[in-house]
Amino acid sequence: MASLQEYLFVSGLLFAIGLAGVLVRRNIIVIFMCLELMLSAANLTLVAFSRFNTGPDGLPDYNGQVLVFFIITVAAAEVAVGLAIIVALYRARQTVDVEDLTSMRG
Amino acid sequence: MEGLFFYAFSGFAVIGALALVAFKNPVSSAMSMVASFLGLAALFISLNAYFVGIIQILVYAGAIMVLFVFIIMLLDLKAEERKTKYNPLFLVGGVFIPLVFLIQLCGILPHVPNAEPEPLHLKESARYFYDQEKEASKEEQSEIHKSLSKGDLPDVNLIGLTMFGHKGDNETIKTPGYNFPLQIVGVLLLVATVGVVALSLRKKTTGEPEPGDPDSRPEP
Repeated sequence: MASLQEYLFVSGLLFAIGLAGVLVRRNIIVIFMCLELMLSAANLTLVAFSRFNTGPDGLPDYNGQVLVFFIITVAAAEVAVGLAIIVALYRARQTVDVEDLTSMRG
Repeated sequence: MEGLFFYAFSGFAVIGALALVAFKNPVSSAMSMVASFLGLAALFISLNAYFVGIIQILVYAGAIMVLFVFIIMLLDLKAEERKTKYNPLFLVGGVFIPLVFLIQLCGILPHVPNAEPEPLHLKESARYFYDQEKEASKEEQSEIHKSLSKGDLPDVNLIGLTMFGHKGDNETIKTPGYNFPLQIVGVLLLVATVGVVALSLRKKTTGEPEPGDPDSRPEP
């Protein structure tokens, strides 16, 4: 099986790709997808630590997986609210390009 | 063999993530997001987290992807066309900052213990559970003990025990007690539902359609 370092590296790589997408892309829906990717990459770290931290009973530490469960729940709620905001934004501005949304620029 | 699967699925996830960033068409981006999440779910399953892997497929690759595609179709988005002026600072920042993050990660990773995971000795875990339950003087064997002695990993039951168990229930479960956080998450979901309905409600117009309303555009 792969080692803890490899799992953490894959997780960090996915997080970095998501971060790059958030910074580079201009379509707000794609930015939102990249945010979801970053959340999932963090989940991979939690599950890897859970598996590699076996307790006295020889089983993985399930507290990490419970935390993943909570993160997925919050992410689902976040997607629902975020997409509703995007639809409301599109109704007001007819665009999903973040460079056209400059009304809060100082 | 397992190492081969690890590299295959992590490559799958990383290529899906790169495609998510690279594709211009939002629908293609959504599909590559699904590919990336399927790879991640396979990695979860390779870490013996079967429940989390299945939840990842159901929630992310199922529900959330459908929601994204639905919104993309609803807003009728085209592939973004290059405008004449594109600030190259964003591109530089978008490459530079994740690169710094990756360099930091590579600096930290050598300090992480580079061990293979301990194989799960389910029979011994079953014996451990049996001792704990005998101390708690329970007549029936629990479902966890039965599955463990059969050589299965009952991770759904174990997550449930961690989530709903009390601190004193079973010495083997190190749970801080998740009943209260679970109820808070329930309230969060309720608030999100109400918030989404409130956000997407339209103000009552007096017959005159709003100019920017995609649903009330005049038919061509």
